Amino acid sequence: MSDDRIARFEKRREELKKMSDEALKARFWDLCNQVVDPIVDLARTHTSPSIERAVLLRMGVDSVSAHGVVDRILEAGLLGKGAGHVVLKVSQKTGTDIRGAAAAILEDKDVLQGLF
Amino acid sequence: MTQKPLDPHKKLDIEQILEGLENYHPTRHGWTWRDVPEEGVDMGPFHYRNMSRPLKNSIGLPASKYFDHIDPQPSCVVTTEIASGRFEDDIRRMRMAAWHGADHIMVIRTTGQSHIDGLLEGTPEGVGGVPITRKQIRASRKACDMIEEEVGRPINFHSYVSGVAGPEVAVLFAEEGINGAHQDPQYNVLYRNVNMYRSFVDAAEAKKVMAGARIFQIDGAHNANATAKAGWLVMPELMVQHGINCAFSVAVGMDKDLIGLSTVPPDAPPAPKLWYDLPYAVALRDFFSEFKMRAQQNTRYIEADIEEAIRTHTVDTLISMLTRADIQSTITPDEGRNVPWHYNNIRGVQTVKQTWAALDGIKELVSLNYEGPLGEMVRDLKERAVAFLEEVIESGGYFAAVEKGFFVDSAKYPERNGDGIARDGKGGVGVGTIIERDSDYYAPVCSHFGENHLPAGVEHVCDPIGGCTLCKPEKIVYIDELDPEDNCNRRLEKTLPYRKGTSIKPEAEWAGDGTVLMQFFVPLPEDVAAVYGVEMAKKMGLNDPEVVNIQVMHPAEGCFVEVKGKVGFDIDLTSLHVPEKEIILPEQELRDAVKKVGLRVVAATVGEDEHSVGLREILDIKHGGIEKYGVKYTYLGTSVPVGKLVDAAIETGAHAILISTIISHNDVHRAQMKKLADLCQEKGIRDRIILIAGGTQVSREMAAETGLDATFGRGTKGIHVVNAMVKKLKARGVI
Repeated sequence: MSDDRIARFEKRREELKKMSDEALKARFWDLCNQVVDPIVDLARTHTSPSIERAVLLRMGVDSVSAHGVVDRILEAGLLGKGAGHVVLKVSQKTGTDIRGAAAAILEDKDVLQGLF
Repeated sequence: MTQKPLDPHKKLDIEQILEGLENYHPTRHGWTWRDVPEEGVDMGPFHYRNMSRPLKNSIGLPASKYFDHIDPQPSCVVTTEIASGRFEDDIRRMRMAAWHGADHIMVIRTTGQSHIDGLLEGTPEGVGGVPITRKQIRASRKACDMIEEEVGRPINFHSYVSGVAGPEVAVLFAEEGINGAHQDPQYNVLYRNVNMYRSFVDAAEAKKVMAGARIFQIDGAHNANATAKAGWLVMPELMVQHGINCAFSVAVGMDKDLIGLSTVPPDAPPAPKLWYDLPYAVALRDFFSEFKMRAQQNTRYIEADIEEAIRTHTVDTLISMLTRADIQSTITPDEGRNVPWHYNNIRGVQTVKQTWAALDGIKELVSLNYEGPLGEMVRDLKERAVAFLEEVIESGGYFAAVEKGFFVDSAKYPERNGDGIARDGKGGVGVGTIIERDSDYYAPVCSHFGENHLPAGVEHVCDPIGGCTLCKPEKIVYIDELDPEDNCNRRLEKTLPYRKGTSIKPEAEWAGDGTVLMQFFVPLPEDVAAVYGVEMAKKMGLNDPEVVNIQVMHPAEGCFVEVKGKVGFDIDLTSLHVPEKEIILPEQELRDAVKKVGLRVVAATVGEDEHSVGLREILDIKHGGIEKYGVKYTYLGTSVPVGKLVDAAIETGAHAILISTIISHNDVHRAQMKKLADLCQEKGIRDRIILIAGGTQVSREMAAETGLDATFGRGTKGIHVVNAMVKKLKARGVI
């Protein structure tokens, strides 16, 4: 297995040796981009509790409340909508501001019912 | 918010910094480079080719006093890492470091913070670092805002955006005006065992937030040097790790000029360092020409010896100068033996400042020879790095490669030792926590990465909430303290006598910690020397003594030993008798007085003492000696008997006798001084002759003790001696 890898490396190297310094550099960056492209796609289409808490922070919710609110939203299966989205909807539904809506979610998770 | 400027003669007032913190917002956001004039910088007698503008307030290298006190500042940003576990003590150290030339201050996080799922608040004490919280960084940034005014150059404040709360930490940093941060999802995966998918998904958001706040990013690739068993063999992999983080960062929206590679010369002497570190440095800078270089110094091989660390760091800095460094980081040279101490941060900064000044403009004098082995080695590394990437792709991409243990293997690629760090995609901290975004996913805030389905009619992303905290800082929620016991107020109460009272204790890290270091030679073999060191320190009354370094000078003849310990007592400031500073009369007044009396002296070194350099400097006009002020002198030479001097004084009608005495064993210097006074008494000339002595072991207090009129130690200039003579003549009514 290992011998096989070394042999493949030697073969790769034969090809790389033919390249100019500029071409080798371009090849390096092309490969780096190939490696990260699928990861960037993954990131574009997914979220996480930390990302959602970071959204709530930017909406003016304190860190302690943001933690509890994201947990409730996750439990309710709504994190894929975006925690900020959910809090905004609660705020619109209950006629309170963003912080009030976050507090409402912490107080009673039933406010999360029937939002979408 | 404008602060009262700091007074260089007053300590930082920590309580004042904490006051009104809830409403404090930083004066500046984003990263700042140094101001480097293209035409170079003229300072004192020199022209510098590769320096930035000097500081308003700073302390130069010790030798700067020979060069008009100039303090040339390197063109690169200079980093120091500070983290004692207590931010209130760290900010005092930041001020000291800034005065010595640091403008990038990195705060290490407390152990384990990267696994805490969320933000911490308040000011709990840390271990090996500070818990990064809003209050801690706001207070530190506020202090930096004041310190940068004092020194006259912006300070970049820096910490870490890693772990499972990366996006939140990034938002916190953006809000609080943090200027630089480490961010590298590979670091989480490899060294912190954070789930690989979670780490990268979080990183995209964190990087986007950092980009929005123009926070400079440093990656984490250099950790492979410190972790792999043979750090100098992992270089092709390091280039790959740098490449992945750079490509990922650019893809999520970071500007290349805000992306830095954390790169360390991987080797240290006695290895033939240059043969490994130089080709690597060149290869890296070739491939990453569009990115910034944060050159770190080597920590992998630092042990207890401070001087050894400093010598390695000097060569590391040379490599930076031969290639390129936009930021030159410094390592505290005591890192291998304790959590760094105040003054070792300064030593680290001095290493860079001293090397940079010495080698200023080196590239105009010396160039690298690519024709020989250097060019071949550079090319070899590049080819291996490209082949590494090809194999990653062939193996199914990055995540698959991590699972197969591609990274941090201690062999030189393509060789494998099988000791790489393999991580399971279905494991790690935070596994299973990433969630697919729904088709109506929405986040109403700025600097958000990825799919975001704004409702129809929304123009600016945060309009529906009336602006996010990045647009409206007044919306930021400040939490003061969560823990009633573990907070800075409690700690500050305890250290108050040392900070604002009159109790004095030495300190290494924290106010009043009492830590001191003793260095000595003992004629014992290593094992016994260590035991002796502790015993000696105990007898001297030190608490918790610990040997921190032993260097064998010879297996039988003995060792150099360093012992740290804690001073258990306080000394009250008011009990210290500080000699009053001598006020020097104006130069013209001195010249006039000298002329009026036609002041003349006789001078010599006395006893069996051939050291005449010091005395010549006091006498000669070319050294700014007394001759410059019009004093006539008769120099009798070296090793002159005191009696001969007194006779010469009488003969020439001198007003004063100046003796120099360097040798001090058996108190011979004191004896000579007393003898001079006694002899003049005997001859009946004491009340009309002025008697002055000087020497390296002589102090001002010795005059009274030996019966002379004035005595001088190190650093004395001719003017001090003239001043003393004129004052004496005035007191006697001669003038």
